[in-house]
Amino acid sequence: MGRYIIRRLIYIFVVVIFVSLITFGLMHAVPGGPFSREKALPKETIAILNARYHLDDPLWKQYTHYVYEVLVPHITTTPPTTSLMDDYLISVNLGPTWFRWMNFGPSYRSRSRTVNDIFRDNLPVSAQLGTMALVIAILIGMPLGIMAALKQNTIFDYLGMAISIFGVSVPAIVLGPILVWLFGVALQWFPVTGWGAKPPYLLGLLPTNFGWDYFKYAIMPSVALGLGSSAVIARLTRASLLQTVREDYIRTARAKGLTERMVILGHALKNSLIPVVTILGPLFAALVTGTFVTETIFGIPGMGRYFITSITNRDYPVIMGTILLYAVLLVFANLAVDIVYAYLDPRIRYD
Amino acid sequence: MAQANIELQKIGAGGAPLTQKRESLWQDALRRLVRNRAAVLGGIIVFLLILMAISAPLIAVKSYETQVLTDENKAPEWVVALFPTMKSYVKISADYPLGADYVGRDIFSRIVYGARVSLTVAFIGPLISLIIGVIYGAVSGYFGGRVDNIMMRIVDVLYAFPSILFIILLMAFFRSTLTNLQPGTLAYALSQLDARMGGLLFIFIGIGMTSWQTMARLTRGQVLAAREKEYIEAARTIGAGNLRIMFRHILPNVVGPLVVAETLAIPSYISTEAFLSFIGLGVNPPTPSWGSMISDGATVIRSYPHQALFPALALAITMFAFNFLGDGLRDALDPRLRGTQ
Repeated sequence: MGRYIIRRLIYIFVVVIFVSLITFGLMHAVPGGPFSREKALPKETIAILNARYHLDDPLWKQYTHYVYEVLVPHITTTPPTTSLMDDYLISVNLGPTWFRWMNFGPSYRSRSRTVNDIFRDNLPVSAQLGTMALVIAILIGMPLGIMAALKQNTIFDYLGMAISIFGVSVPAIVLGPILVWLFGVALQWFPVTGWGAKPPYLLGLLPTNFGWDYFKYAIMPSVALGLGSSAVIARLTRASLLQTVREDYIRTARAKGLTERMVILGHALKNSLIPVVTILGPLFAALVTGTFVTETIFGIPGMGRYFITSITNRDYPVIMGTILLYAVLLVFANLAVDIVYAYLDPRIRYD
Repeated sequence: MAQANIELQKIGAGGAPLTQKRESLWQDALRRLVRNRAAVLGGIIVFLLILMAISAPLIAVKSYETQVLTDENKAPEWVVALFPTMKSYVKISADYPLGADYVGRDIFSRIVYGARVSLTVAFIGPLISLIIGVIYGAVSGYFGGRVDNIMMRIVDVLYAFPSILFIILLMAFFRSTLTNLQPGTLAYALSQLDARMGGLLFIFIGIGMTSWQTMARLTRGQVLAAREKEYIEAARTIGAGNLRIMFRHILPNVVGPLVVAETLAIPSYISTEAFLSFIGLGVNPPTPSWGSMISDGATVIRSYPHQALFPALALAITMFAFNFLGDGLRDALDPRLRGTQ
């Protein structure tokens, strides 16, 4: 297992490097630069700006400089400054020296913020949305699938599968306005604008201010995002459980006189959940990238809004940083799913 | 559902007279499809939508782009009855069956014409992804070895790309090249064509470039499996070349699951286009798209909820129909459920 993980990590590294190369190439292939405006800036200003952000360097030099700043840990004796060029995501004081790592660079557009600032402020928002959507997807999907399978070909089954067809057919872009109007405007159960997660964050990500305020803004967007995935989970759970209850060992369990509850809870359910784990990887990917869609629909101050404006603004570091962050998230999520899968199903051996 | 199909098989195997004509794969599939009520309903809706899109000029009498500013946000009586909160401030007008939008364009006409965009994407999107994916996957699987290894690693890298971010990046790239191009180049010709198509061409390219990877993997797997079969060896012994074997012998045998996978993916193409238009990277205004209509309507959802909810409803019905149809097709074409005579 250890060797397998190491091999996968090397592979992940190569993949992420390629992702960064493609993004970098595509980004610079787009005509116009970060400082081209409708009303052109003075030539001297552009020259100074280009020089400050190394935009006059050849592309390979810009790329290697970026990779160096992000990837290579710096150990220095100089304390951190407030300069925008000098903002490291990880900055630890080790007595006389400083360990500093991952400088994603400044944002070209918002003169006072770095990409790391955007991560710090907006990533916890997206993370909350994604996590709550995942919880909702599982909380709705699993019981629905189990109920449909245990009461196969009854009204419960048809109802469950009807709900799940509804879930996959109604994308966030449709469900969003409907929820906003129904629960936000007509019934006024939830606020339509605003967001509950506020700094300070634990480890830069986890909230410290739990309470109704923290949740109430996120419920509608999370449902809009998670319902589609809950449908996928429900269908898979149903199919898998239906297959499992026909296995010989379930017959054995029934034959030795176990109650139906024990048969289902103790034997069928656990084994039927193994295939469900495999889709957690793609599901996680769908939810993570889905946060982009949901954030634009509900006007949530997460990573999504910055990404779209950063592209139109040619804000190179923000584009790079966001795509790399999400790519890393996706590949590590897939690795985690594979490891959990091997742990759940002892028949799987990667070495 | 599964049980019903098993019973169907039993009757087919035991009860069919021996003289019965053998059914082709497609006849058999069609019979199954017709027995599936949800799929038939989906098919009928899709058919009606196509009809509506083709005959849009006949159905939508009003122009979808003419702005009558004096009629902005007007709504007919029944819409006000549906959303009573609007009663105090909305201007009532029976001229517009679903009301007028914020610049006084007929919402009904825009929804009818919007079906054109969604349906074109629903049919062309899968086609593009199928063509790229099948060729890529077939080449990779057929040649195997090092070629296969390199080609599949490229697919792996593209998989790590968060697809919605990638497509946003691509669309921004296309849209900005549009503005400053030299006449006479290929890019210029493409951008002219795109402008004529109301922005659809670049949507196709963007969707095509981000959606073929799954198809390529599926094709590769199928080709790898088919490659080892005896009939391929037989074809080779009678002197068939690589291309002939690929297109005449392997691909026809692997295409079924691919078509099913693409049909199931149609709703995701539709919603991708809607989202791109929602954020302003999709079709060019004034071409109506349900996504851009939802986006316009969402800004006034407190005062005029119907402006967002009607196009949202149209989008949802279309997605329902394609989902039902896709599910039905999968059940009908799944070889494991095929008739046994």
